Amino acid sequence: MSVIPAELKYTKSHEWVKEEDGVFVIGLTDYAQSALGDLVFVNLPEEGDAVTAGEAFSDVESVKAVSDVFSPVTGEVCAINEELLDNPALINEAPYDAWLVKVQNVSDTEELLDAAAYEAVVAAEEA
Amino acid sequence: MKLLFERSRPGRGMDLLPPCDVPAVSFDAALLRDSAPRLPEIAEVDLGRHYTELAKQTHGVNDGFYPLGSCTMKYNPRVDEETASLPGFTQIHPLQPLDTVQGCLEVLWKSEQLLTEITGMDAVTYQPAAGAHGEYTGLLLIRCYHQSRGDTARTKIIVPDSAHGTNPASATMAGFKVVSVPSNEMGGVDLDALRAAVGPDTAGLMLTNPNTVGLFDPNILEITQIIHDAGGLCYYDGANLNAIMGHVRPGDMGFDCVHVNLHKTFATPHGGGGPGSGPVGCKDFLAPFLPSPRVKKAGDSYEFFDPEQSMGKVRSFYGNFLVVVKALTYILSLGKEGIPAASAGAVLNANYLMKKLAGHYDMSFNTLCMHEFVMTLEKLAHDTGVTAMDVAKRLLDFGMHPPTMYFPLIVHEALMVEPTETESPETLDEAAEVFLKILEEAKSDPESLHHAPHDCAIGRPDEVTAARNPILRYDFGA
Repeated sequence: MSVIPAELKYTKSHEWVKEEDGVFVIGLTDYAQSALGDLVFVNLPEEGDAVTAGEAFSDVESVKAVSDVFSPVTGEVCAINEELLDNPALINEAPYDAWLVKVQNVSDTEELLDAAAYEAVVAAEEA
Repeated sequence: MKLLFERSRPGRGMDLLPPCDVPAVSFDAALLRDSAPRLPEIAEVDLGRHYTELAKQTHGVNDGFYPLGSCTMKYNPRVDEETASLPGFTQIHPLQPLDTVQGCLEVLWKSEQLLTEITGMDAVTYQPAAGAHGEYTGLLLIRCYHQSRGDTARTKIIVPDSAHGTNPASATMAGFKVVSVPSNEMGGVDLDALRAAVGPDTAGLMLTNPNTVGLFDPNILEITQIIHDAGGLCYYDGANLNAIMGHVRPGDMGFDCVHVNLHKTFATPHGGGGPGSGPVGCKDFLAPFLPSPRVKKAGDSYEFFDPEQSMGKVRSFYGNFLVVVKALTYILSLGKEGIPAASAGAVLNANYLMKKLAGHYDMSFNTLCMHEFVMTLEKLAHDTGVTAMDVAKRLLDFGMHPPTMYFPLIVHEALMVEPTETESPETLDEAAEVFLKILEEAKSDPESLHHAPHDCAIGRPDEVTAARNPILRYDFGA
């Protein structure tokens, strides 16, 4: 069973979101990292880049495949987790600590799920 | 085994180069390196053994069955190599006077005529060096076309979610934004999703047909019409042309440009034995944008010309010319009866093997396939813990190359099998027996499969470490 912290919000495409004073912190869920397998490369946007809700803003590469990461919000990237560029394995080790980007000036968000609703999404995919 | 650098001993070696018979030239000292390059010094006999040892650790079409899905690992006839070894093709220079290389130009011209016939296009360039390079060139054609009309709003390329990974990559390289459309329940393009995706920003569509699950999309004419109605162009990824050549033509399906892989469909070697070649064909209205130069016939002779709005060069000179010689040999050897017979054989072999395995292995789609089929080992993995990877690794012990694994991504625990037409029924029967034997093992002794292969020099390399911390050069130490 994958870990789904109760205090976070989620997307159907397996990103987690945490709002801190108007800044949205975005990462990949435990289910996502487990399905992707060991990550070997992470491609992140740059600070100041615009991201759009529902559109890819990053891609992650495992031995199996390259996958897009979709932004749950529309806004401006104010920080990226540079540690991941050198050590993508952090996402596998602690997906909820290994945030990808922080986004500010958010004007729009995807439909975000609470932990219970996301658990149902994961359960449906695992069935 | 030891590396060449580890085998090297100072002063050892062999005489490969003849004495210098031209005046020596001296360079500006600033351009010279400070010390000699540390090339390995090895006797010919040891070098020969080194490469023979390496060769014994590999598996090629000459070693055994090689059903690597989507790669069309058909046998490469020896006669192709023979023609490509003719001195008239090998002892030439790309810049020598055209009246001394008329035969080579004729090869390019004749090959173009034949490929336009097979693909239903009007013109072909042989410059692209491989499949993805062909995709990139085809997308540049689409971009040149829209730009020539001042239609700069067309920035998006539509790609189905079952596509080869190179499609979105090539589109991005060519400066487009990629829009992914989902597949329908038969692995084809979801027409409603496609209609919803097109608009005034649609530059084009990239499609493989038969698609990556080995099925021919019956809606193909409607698909290309939807794109054309929206003002976009249709690009045919020729990865799976081996299923249909001589029967159906991309040009007749509504495609405007295509690439084909000579190293798949037209029996030239793959990869390290290649190089590849990914010629791009297009309809007349795109031909002015093709890379330069092209070949034309003027009276009894052949000459180069630059298309008027050419995108320029995508590769030096004329592409991988000797590969074109091999493909031309193949096409002329098979002829207009042999080409459709080859694709029919590819489809027959795939269905034969699928039928032998169906009922034992789960197929991703329970219907007749084209040149390849996709099995899903999801249930097996769930029930026994034996994954597609384990089965693939175990096949190595039986002298068989594994099928393509974990692709397409829309099928879980996928094994994608493409036997090709050059395999005999006996080989297919043997392969089916091996697959069934491994299935028995998965049920009786799943643990042993996790450790397969048991008989290979290298069993399960640490791919993750190799990707995260690759060692890209030899460490000479201090």
